Amino acid sequence: MANPLLKVDDLHVYYGNIHAIKGVSFEVNEGEIVSLIGANGAGKTTTLNTVAGLLKARKGTIEFQGENLQHVPAHKVVNRGMALCPEGRRVFLNMTVRENLEMGAYTRNDAEAKETIETVFERFPLLKERAWQRAGTLSGGEQQMLAMGRAMMSRPSLLMLDEPSMGLAPILVDEIFDIIKALHNAGTTILLVEQNASKALSIADRAYVLETGNVSMEGPAAELANDDRVRKAYLGG
Amino acid sequence: MDFLTNLINGISLGSIYAIIALGYTMVYGIAKMLNFAHGDVIMVGGYICFMTLNALGLNPLIGILAAVVGCTLLGICIERIAYKPLRQSPSLTVLITAIGVSYLLQNLALLIWGANPKVFPSVVGGSGPIMLFDGQLVISMETIVTIVVCAVIMVALVLFTSKTKMGKAMRACSEDPGAARLMGINVDTTISTTFAIGSGLAAIAGVLMMSAYPSLVPTTGSMPGIKAFTAAVFGGIGSIPGAVLGGVLLGIIEVFAKAYIGTQFADAIVFAVLIVVLLIKPSGLLGKYVPEKV
Repeated sequence: MANPLLKVDDLHVYYGNIHAIKGVSFEVNEGEIVSLIGANGAGKTTTLNTVAGLLKARKGTIEFQGENLQHVPAHKVVNRGMALCPEGRRVFLNMTVRENLEMGAYTRNDAEAKETIETVFERFPLLKERAWQRAGTLSGGEQQMLAMGRAMMSRPSLLMLDEPSMGLAPILVDEIFDIIKALHNAGTTILLVEQNASKALSIADRAYVLETGNVSMEGPAAELANDDRVRKAYLGG
Repeated sequence: MDFLTNLINGISLGSIYAIIALGYTMVYGIAKMLNFAHGDVIMVGGYICFMTLNALGLNPLIGILAAVVGCTLLGICIERIAYKPLRQSPSLTVLITAIGVSYLLQNLALLIWGANPKVFPSVVGGSGPIMLFDGQLVISMETIVTIVVCAVIMVALVLFTSKTKMGKAMRACSEDPGAARLMGINVDTTISTTFAIGSGLAAIAGVLMMSAYPSLVPTTGSMPGIKAFTAAVFGGIGSIPGAVLGGVLLGIIEVFAKAYIGTQFADAIVFAVLIVVLLIKPSGLLGKYVPEKV
C-alpha cells in the first residue's frame, strides 16, 4: 500500500503541565474520509490544532505527504496542501464574505484565487448572494459554509473539519454532511472531527475513537458503528 | 473671527493628535497592546529631522524622509527586541515593558542631545500665512499642511486596510490571529509591519508638531502621546476613522478650553470629556462592539 497522506505517530501535547494528548497515532490515506470521534475534552480539537501547527507537540511526529511538519510554522502548513476549518468556524466577522474567501487563498496569487472563488460560489450559491455582506451578519449555518468555503480556497489535498455540525439545526447538519460528501467525491481527502458520532460514522471510511487523550478504538467506520461499546458510549445505546 | 481662528487652530492641533492616535489605534487593533512608547517615537523623529536640517544642513524633505525611515526602523526594533518575546505574556507585562521603553527612549535622547530645548526650524517653507477677511483671520502654512497631511493619511490607511492584501491580512490578524495563521498569514510579520507604519506616522506627526510648536526636548513626545492615546480611546480604539475623529475633537476642545476657560484648565477639561464619553459610550465614539454568534 502507498504511503498515507497524513501519518501521525505517538503525538504528545501539553497545555502547560496538563498532558492533553498522550500518544495519539493515526493515519489518513489519500481519498479517504477519516473521522475522529469522542466526548468533550477527549482531545479531538487539540489533535487537529497540533496537526495544523497551531499547537506544538512535545513528542511525536506528524508526516504529511512524506514531509515531517514538526518545525513548520502554522502559517506555512497551508502551502503544503492542508487546510483546517476550525472549531467554532472562526470566520472573520468584520470582513465581507468575499474578503473571508480571499483570506483563504492568502498564499496563492490573485488570479488563481478569483477562479477558486467562483468554484466555491458554485458549491455554495448562498455565499455568492451574500458576497458583500459582513460575515457577522450571516446565520450560524451560513458561517459554517463560509468557513468550509474559506478552507477550500487553498485547494487543499487534505481538508480537516473540526465539528462542522456544532450548534446547527438538524436540517442544516444534513446539508453540511451532504457537502462534505460532495467535496470528498470531488477528490478531497477529509479528516473529520465530530461529536455527532452517528453522522460521522455514516459517511466515514475509517474512524478513531479518542478517550482522554488516547486512541481507545479504531477500525472501519461501519464496524465501529456496530460495536457495542461505541454504541453505548457515543450513539445513545 | 476669534471663533474661526480657534476652530482652525483646534483642527490643526487635533490633526497632529489624530496622526499619533492612528499609530496607537493600529498597533492596538492588531497586536492588542498599548504601546506607551509611541509618544517618544515622535520625539525621536523630531530629533532626527532636527539633526538632518541643522547639523547636516539638508533639504527639509530629506529631513522628513530621514525621520520617517529612522522611526520606522526604530519601531521595528522596539517590537522585535521588547515586545515580540512577550507575545504570550499577560498584557500587564507588555504594558509595563512599553512604559520602560518610553523611559529608555527619553533618557537616551537626554544622553545624546542634552536637556536644553532645541529650536526646531519649520519644515513648511514657501509663502507666509494666508490672510483672510482683511487680515482678521490668519492661517499659517503649517496649519494647512498639517490638516491636509492628516486627511491624506487617513484616506490612505482606510484604502490600505480595505483594498490591499496586506491590509486585509492585518484586519484578519486583528480579529483572530489563530484563524489568520490557518490562512497562511504570518502574524509576526504583520505585527512588525503595523509597528513600522505606526512609527512612520509618528515621525510625520513629530515633524509637523515641531514645525508648529518648535521647542524640542527629550520629553516632548510624552504629553502629545498621552493625549493621542486619549483621542484613540475617545474615538473608539481600533477604528481608523475613530482615531481621526477623536484626535480632531480633542484638539478643538483643547484649543477652545484654552481660549475661553483658561490655560490651566485645558488639559483637565480634555480628560473630563473623555471620562464623560466613556461613561455614555464605553466603546468610544466609533468603536464597535461585535457580539459573537454561536
